[in-house]
Amino acid sequence: MSDKPLLQVQDLTAHHGAVRALDRVTLDVPERGLYAVLGANGAGKSTLLRTLTGLHPATSGRVTLDGEDITHLPAERAVTKGLAHVPEGGGVIVELTVEENLRLGGIWRGRHDPDTMAEVLDLFPPLEQRRGKPAGTLSGGERQMLAIGRALMARPRVLLLDEPSLGLAPMITEQIFTLLGDLRDRTWLTVVLVEQNAAGALSTTDHGFVLDQGRLAAEGASDDLLSDDRTRHAYLGF
Amino acid sequence: MTHFINLTLNGLATGAAYAALALSLVIIYQATRLVNFAQPAFALLSVYAALAVTQLTGSYWIGFAAALATGLTVGAAAERLVVRPIARVSPLNGIIVTLGMLLVVQGVVGMVWGNEQHGFGYAFSYVGRFSPADAFAVGAVAAVAVLLFLLYRFTPFGLRMRAAAHHPEAARLSGVRVGLMLTAGWAIASAIGALAGMLAGPPFLSPNVFDTVFVFGITAAVIGGLDNPFGSILGGMLIGLGGSYVSGYLGSELATLSALVIVVVVLSVRPDGILARPTARKV
Repeated sequence: MSDKPLLQVQDLTAHHGAVRALDRVTLDVPERGLYAVLGANGAGKSTLLRTLTGLHPATSGRVTLDGEDITHLPAERAVTKGLAHVPEGGGVIVELTVEENLRLGGIWRGRHDPDTMAEVLDLFPPLEQRRGKPAGTLSGGERQMLAIGRALMARPRVLLLDEPSLGLAPMITEQIFTLLGDLRDRTWLTVVLVEQNAAGALSTTDHGFVLDQGRLAAEGASDDLLSDDRTRHAYLGF
Repeated sequence: MTHFINLTLNGLATGAAYAALALSLVIIYQATRLVNFAQPAFALLSVYAALAVTQLTGSYWIGFAAALATGLTVGAAAERLVVRPIARVSPLNGIIVTLGMLLVVQGVVGMVWGNEQHGFGYAFSYVGRFSPADAFAVGAVAAVAVLLFLLYRFTPFGLRMRAAAHHPEAARLSGVRVGLMLTAGWAIASAIGALAGMLAGPPFLSPNVFDTVFVFGITAAVIGGLDNPFGSILGGMLIGLGGSYVSGYLGSELATLSALVIVVVVLSVRPDGILARPTARKV
């Protein structure tokens, strides 16, 4: 393993039409750990994730994963490099069964992998019971589990999660955060979590990045960000 | 009673071609939300290719294979070279461009082979009630339906195709090359369209030979729900049977009208088509 950060973002800039959505964002994500990307609505959090995986084009700047430049890689190749992205809302395919959604997650690796499937189902018992059911019949929390489970089926090095708490009851959000903490403790997985719910995310994660109008406004250990009143008031709204 | 059985068997045989054409429309509609109006023209080109190859080799079956191969190629090329660059801008453009391809391909076929009729044989003898040719038509469409079902439902390729059709972004994030899946969908659909052409073409080919077949095919697809493959097959059979009963009992001049009646009745009872699934909740 190199001592370089696993995921490096340098001067990353991206646009929505004429609007600059990401403005020279530079950040390092070391291997293993739980990272939060915070900020107000429209701060560029989702755009950051989408630009990392190639769903949104970068105007300039560089993204490297383990030293390899992946800035302009098409989105369908991101997963082959170890980046699994759970988009906003989860992106669960409601027309497919739970099991088919999970299989889809691992499909880039070619042959079916029952071991990973068993691990993932073990992590999310409700999915095991509903394996053959259409994903459209799942509750909101179960869908988010399925979305994360599908991403894990890809055996990623970095898991990018876009607002997993969106539309979920606080108790379920807490379960999901706890699960992410467990994953971090048990595996080498690096998790980057975009959250609107800053307080919840900071109490779960190790390190936070705060975006404001497309710029990196603050970063630091999650505990420090939580106790820093200035950052909290200025950017996180609590 | 014999009359009824005869009409039923006849209807199924004619319906098979409508069903195959409807199926080819539905596969493309599922993948791209686009009705491919050029499908009869692709079928036409495929069947003329079969005619040429059969004349050259003397074998119907080599010609048959040539038709399917032509369908595959033309479908893939049309998606990659014509539809994709244009439909990206707006779906309406995509539909218009398929209409354009219909006219161009039909015109080209007319220029190459002339507008006169060419005799073109059946796969098997067409003599008698439910002739071997009829049985082949029904059997071929049934086989295609089963194969497609197995392909889509039980293979990794099928899973990729379905994921790409239902949720392109999620599919891409799982490593599926969505563009390639679209091309594959158009290729498969156009090969099935070529099969429809091989069933509906004989005994005579001319550049407009599929006009009526296409009207019935698209009607069948709409009755079936436009994005339901089995619905489209059922729709094709219904139209075939309806036409056969009406022309048998009431007079052949009314056969075309029966399709209209079927559409109106079916769509007033089930506006989304016979086998339309309840709309899935999207999050």
